[in-house]
Amino acid sequence: MSEARHHWTAFGLFVLFSLLVPVLNWQGVIADTTLNLWGRYFCFAIVALGMDLIWGFTGILSLCQAFFFCLGGYAIGMHMLLNTGTQGVYGSVLPDFMVWNQVEELPFFWEPFHSLPVTLILGLLVPGVVALIFGALVFRSRIKGVYFAIITQAFALAMWLVFLRNETMLGGTNGLTDFKSLMGLDLTETATKRGLYVTACTALLGAYYLCRFLIHSKLGKLLVAIRDGENRLRFIGYQITHYKMFMFVVASMLAGLGGMLYVPQTGIITPGRMDVQASIEIVVWTAVGGRGTLVGAMVGAVLINLLYSFLTGTFPGTWLYFLGALFIGVVLFFPEGIVGIAARLTNRQSKPA
Amino acid sequence: MNNLYVEQLKVSFDGFQALDIDIFEVQENELRVVIGPNGAGKTTLLDVLCGKTRPDSGHAVFGPMELTRLSEDEIVAAGVGRKFQTPSVFATLTVFDNLMLAMRADRGVFSSLFHRLSSGERQRIEGVAERTGLQDLLGETAGTLSHGQKQWLEIAMVVLLEPKLFLVDEPAAGMSDDETYKTGELLLGLAADHSLIVIEHDMEFVRQIARKVTVLHEGKILMEGSMEEVQSDPRVIECYLGTEIEREDVDTAAS
Repeated sequence: MSEARHHWTAFGLFVLFSLLVPVLNWQGVIADTTLNLWGRYFCFAIVALGMDLIWGFTGILSLCQAFFFCLGGYAIGMHMLLNTGTQGVYGSVLPDFMVWNQVEELPFFWEPFHSLPVTLILGLLVPGVVALIFGALVFRSRIKGVYFAIITQAFALAMWLVFLRNETMLGGTNGLTDFKSLMGLDLTETATKRGLYVTACTALLGAYYLCRFLIHSKLGKLLVAIRDGENRLRFIGYQITHYKMFMFVVASMLAGLGGMLYVPQTGIITPGRMDVQASIEIVVWTAVGGRGTLVGAMVGAVLINLLYSFLTGTFPGTWLYFLGALFIGVVLFFPEGIVGIAARLTNRQSKPA
Repeated sequence: MNNLYVEQLKVSFDGFQALDIDIFEVQENELRVVIGPNGAGKTTLLDVLCGKTRPDSGHAVFGPMELTRLSEDEIVAAGVGRKFQTPSVFATLTVFDNLMLAMRADRGVFSSLFHRLSSGERQRIEGVAERTGLQDLLGETAGTLSHGQKQWLEIAMVVLLEPKLFLVDEPAAGMSDDETYKTGELLLGLAADHSLIVIEHDMEFVRQIARKVTVLHEGKILMEGSMEEVQSDPRVIECYLGTEIEREDVDTAAS
């Protein structure tokens, strides 16, 4: 696809989803729940873009991206709970779960989340810093391949257990919920929902162009070079560790961004969003859509979640079998994913018979 | 002064003494060929010089730098470049991009992110491509090149590192006679402004390029001298023949 055509396609899709869909919703053609669902899919698509950077391009399989998603999600959730004021069930300034757990005073690490700008910064910074520290420890030891994947999975599991505990002061198993408003806007209002939807849409476009910029720079080629031949690259003088850490941080911040936009639209964040399965699902979106293409990650995230909504509604209980079969099918028969299949089909058509 | 000076260098793997060199010196802009039977420690020597393997003890000093204490990227910055035995190029990138990544430039993450290729840099890449016979292949994906072309691409990449000391591990392995000859001419051309250490098995090729030859055997330097001296030395003949006989023995015992 030529560059100009590519930009027009991206722009056209953006206009379609960010303007036309809300207008149709306003006219009553598209239901509120549909709009809300699509807004959440776009958040997943942002996470998938990060996954594609770190896995599709750099070849590093991270199985803890859902944890970074939750770090962003919890950040915005904490902010919204603090701004509920005394509207909670117990009429206290403290979040309901704290009252229920007989906590008298707000834990110190909740304090910064009173302010929205600070929350937005922390929602990106905390995943970034955690990824930086974790990456520094793991990449410096030159742990790679399947060993890296296993360590990230263990990390995700450990963090899930930490968040499950009431002592962590983040709501334990029940997580954070019963949000009332964001920036003074009532979350139950349709207009607020439309606003959140458009924000998610715009953030996805921004994230996509950021990723494109990264991929088309010299750094983007270095990522592919890390995937193709890490050793060769090391012996032409690059510090591979720095590059891996940088990409891991970017991917994790994108996950955090997705989480921040997701939670106000969903109204709840629980540790269930960061269990081992959640991170693997992100891998599946990226693989099914097509690795190393950016577009594939977004398409995969949206399509699989559409399918999820459809299947869990129609045939509840079959979802995991279906997801597993889809993943195995793609890996075995279509390693290039949906985007790869689409490219092959259009190539065949454009070639003269 | 860009001499390489190796002294008392010892490397062992699980008790096996892979390398035990008393003194090994390479002068500035010298082309040195290192030969020796399998397991003589040739590749291990290059591994130590490029930072891939840490020696148990000893020194490898290049110019003012003690290579045994530097990391891989610091060794490259100090002016030592290595071409590996099996051609290792970035298979899914184009030939041009392979060269672009190798070209000497700031290696930092953010420099790479905001790097813009200048026309001077483009000319340098094209110049080196021409020197290595890759000028018509710049747009090709490196994975689609022939074995010989991949070897040249890797040599071209190391040339773009602008090393003062160029380590070349079996450049002619798997090449046709014609390609081998061209590779020899290429290395002789490089010897004008680089110090080179070339490891090679192919005796025809060694004869083409060799000025001074070092023979390694069981991790030790057996002798050094011109190709004629080396070929007529009874110890060299014995160590080559010896291993050949041993190998035959092993083969017959196995079958």
